[in-house]
Amino acid sequence: MKILVCITHVPDTTSRISFTDNDTKFDTNGVQFIIGPYDDYALARAVELKEANGATLTVLNVGLADAEPTIRKALAIGADDAIRVNAEPSDSLFVANQIAHYAKEGGYDLILMGRESIDFNGGVVHGMVGEILGLPSISPVMTLELDGNTAQLSREIEGGKEQIEVDLPFVAGCQEPIAEWKIPNMRGIMTARTKPLNVVEPVGDETGATLVNFEMPPAKGAVKMIDADNVGELVDLLKNEAKVL
Amino acid sequence: METSTQDTQKAIKGGEFLIRETAASEIFIPEEWSEEQKMIAQTCNDFLDQEVFPHLDEIDSMKNPDIMPGLMDKAGALGLLGTSVPEQYGGFGMNFNTTMLVAEVTGAGHSFAVALNAHTGIGTLPILYYANEEQKQKYLPKLATGEWKAAYCLTEPDSGSDANSGKTKAELSSDGKHYTINGQKMWITNGGFADIFIVFAKIEDDKNLTAFIVEKGFGGITMNEEEKKMGIKGSSTRQVFFNDCKVPVENMLSERENGFKIAVNILNVGRIKLGASAIGACKKVISTAVNYAGERKQFGTSISDFGAIKYKIAEMTTRNFASESASYRAGQNIDDAYDALLASGMDAPKARLKSLEEFAIECAILKVHGSEVLDYVVDEGVQIYGGMGFSAEGPMDRAYRDARINRIFEGTNEINRMLCIDMLLKRAMKGHLDLMTPAMAVQQELMSIPDFGAADEEGIFVKEKKALNNLKKAGLMAAGAAVQKFMQKLGEEQEILTNLADMLIEGYIAESCLLRVEKLIAQKGEANCQVEIDMAKVYLHRAVEIAGSAGKEAIMSFAEGDELRLMLMGLKRFTKMEPFNIKDARRRIADHVIAKNEYPF
Ligand SMILES: Cc1cc2nc3c(=O)[nH]c(=O)nc-3n(C[C@H](O)[C@H](O)[C@H](O)COP(=O)(O)OP(=O)(O)OC[C@H]3O[C@@H](n4cnc5c(N)ncnc54)[C@H](O)[C@@H]3O)c2cc1C
Repeated sequence: MKILVCITHVPDTTSRISFTDNDTKFDTNGVQFIIGPYDDYALARAVELKEANGATLTVLNVGLADAEPTIRKALAIGADDAIRVNAEPSDSLFVANQIAHYAKEGGYDLILMGRESIDFNGGVVHGMVGEILGLPSISPVMTLELDGNTAQLSREIEGGKEQIEVDLPFVAGCQEPIAEWKIPNMRGIMTARTKPLNVVEPVGDETGATLVNFEMPPAKGAVKMIDADNVGELVDLLKNEAKVL
Repeated sequence: METSTQDTQKAIKGGEFLIRETAASEIFIPEEWSEEQKMIAQTCNDFLDQEVFPHLDEIDSMKNPDIMPGLMDKAGALGLLGTSVPEQYGGFGMNFNTTMLVAEVTGAGHSFAVALNAHTGIGTLPILYYANEEQKQKYLPKLATGEWKAAYCLTEPDSGSDANSGKTKAELSSDGKHYTINGQKMWITNGGFADIFIVFAKIEDDKNLTAFIVEKGFGGITMNEEEKKMGIKGSSTRQVFFNDCKVPVENMLSERENGFKIAVNILNVGRIKLGASAIGACKKVISTAVNYAGERKQFGTSISDFGAIKYKIAEMTTRNFASESASYRAGQNIDDAYDALLASGMDAPKARLKSLEEFAIECAILKVHGSEVLDYVVDEGVQIYGGMGFSAEGPMDRAYRDARINRIFEGTNEINRMLCIDMLLKRAMKGHLDLMTPAMAVQQELMSIPDFGAADEEGIFVKEKKALNNLKKAGLMAAGAAVQKFMQKLGEEQEILTNLADMLIEGYIAESCLLRVEKLIAQKGEANCQVEIDMAKVYLHRAVEIAGSAGKEAIMSFAEGDELRLMLMGLKRFTKMEPFNIKDARRRIADHVIAKNEYPF
């Protein structure tokens, strides 16, 4: 069995966000990058499936060379090899096209990724990949069990839970509690550098959208605390100061 | 100033920093960690975040005796117990500086850090360095995974700092097949759950200790309840009794009467690693305190806006930065010495030992400095938290209590200060280090007209290097005169030795900090190192002040009349620093840390 896990290379969740180049570029200066947390869940489950089923596990990232430390971390966590599609991951459709192309070429039985990245939070790549490859795509997958050529999945949906049975191959966008994040161990870290990290060139340049600019949310204003008994003052302030009533 | 390539290539000797100018390019700086080393550090961080920090109260309550060995098992599964152990024995054979990094990051882990360090350091290393092949095969793989946990039994009720005075006895059986150990050990870390004990005992009327590898299963081992301690309450500390404990003769470690030597050498590693652990603990406290200072509002503003608080944040950060600079400089020196010894044909364990022994002075310096910076940092951490700092429910309470042990174990700081100077003078006496020539030169200089040069020389740190050089001269002057005065009896003048040790320590740390920043400037450009430059200057200022006052105390304690006056004048000359606006420098440092809202280096 061959498993492909697609990972994003994203700013740590605690990063301070700012922009450069007339608010058209994210300022990466001093920012720590990590494996997308949802992708990390997908990777963790994939490592478990690999260990249980003797599968091979490949990670794929669409990104530039600066993503390689993140990719090697995935190798340290337990992937056997890695593919980096050498291109800026500028847009969901572009990324999905790359993944679909190399996924098809590699003939994977399972294509896992996070339910969404945590930089642009598009949450559509898994759907697009499924569509392009003509495979079922399911998200957000919270449990994934394999039974031969069939998988049992579950997802939470509005007001309940959904159980899904699907034949391999398929695409899944994953989230917790599908597995617990794995901390790379010393052996993994030390063998990561010996595992293949293949850099391949992107195919096509079809994009769905172009970025115009970013905007920061307005800074939070000062907060006034009003005693719970003082409804009159609250109404007054809302009317005369905030002018929202 | 100039260092020829020939100089650079010459192997650096321990203690030599005092008389040799080191080039910035020669030292390793933490900004040079490789991607792999950073990943290892991240694993340690993740482990603390996941397994340790959420459970600190539970760990310290000691209600569940399985929790600490359980943590050790989990750390073992990640490979954290086998970093120093060679691959052929199931470990990872990392270089020394990487194991220092592991000690640093895990050092933030409170009681867990103590358990981990005791197991991987004093518990495992005696076997790694001194055991024969069979012993290594038998014990190291299980210690590297944590299947067996280790403790180190040196201290006894009547034998603490005077470690070679232990009364525990080992008696050879009449059939010559085993030793019977009888005695009492005290303060044994990991005692409650250890499977393997490194035990020091005396055979017959030997003068020196002999070391043994004792398995719990050998029988005859009993224990008192857990000690009730001021801090590191979650680490197991026991009195251990050996009552007719039968140890097979093949479990003697190294040779008869070599135990004291083993103890001393293992403590070298323990000391430098303790310094590294303190750095990790400091970083955590600084980050926590800075975050609180930003959130806590008084007089309508964050307390981090106040100069008095900025002073603390700047000093906490600067002292730790300086300590860190020296730690990894020494760590790299040890690795380089190891590689050179290996290349010259020495076997690996011996090369490890020799390289550590070579830098024993630096190990002692880093132990003292690291533990004292940590105590300063936790003290100011409490202060920044105000009343909440004194609350047993706030984070500073544990940090404050847990820090204190570091000045006591692995050789008290008093013992380590004496050792620094003792070792230095012994090396001079044996001709390993030429202290005489530079000390004589300083005496000459005292008599001559003061040198007013360098004031208009250009270049980075020209004035600072001159000040640093002068600091070393002040140390050589005071030490040289003290040696002449007391000769063999200097050992009895502990107050003076302490003064001299302080001068030595500050010289080494300030130099390391300066060299680190100089190297950083070469890598990133001066414009990108402004805060680091401020820290190097602020630290140097502190070092020179300490050296000035210690030097004065030392000189006043033995010199008289003209000699006293001459030396005090010399000292004044050697501890003069070009003035700079230190308040503004500290504010810039603090503002940077506050903006990052964590320890940022
Ligand atoms: C929590 C904890 C864990 C420990 N873990 C271990 C362990 O795992 N294994 C182990 O073997 N030991 C362990 N120890 C013991 C520790 O190493 C000793 O406590 C330490 O070496 C000091 O010895 P002592 O307590 O007997 O103090 P003393 O030697 O009695 O010292 C008391 C004071 O006198 C000073 N002093 C002593 N001699 C001199 C001198 N010659 N000149 C100047 N000043 C001097 C000391 O600096 C100190 O200030 C541990 C101790 C503690 C508290």
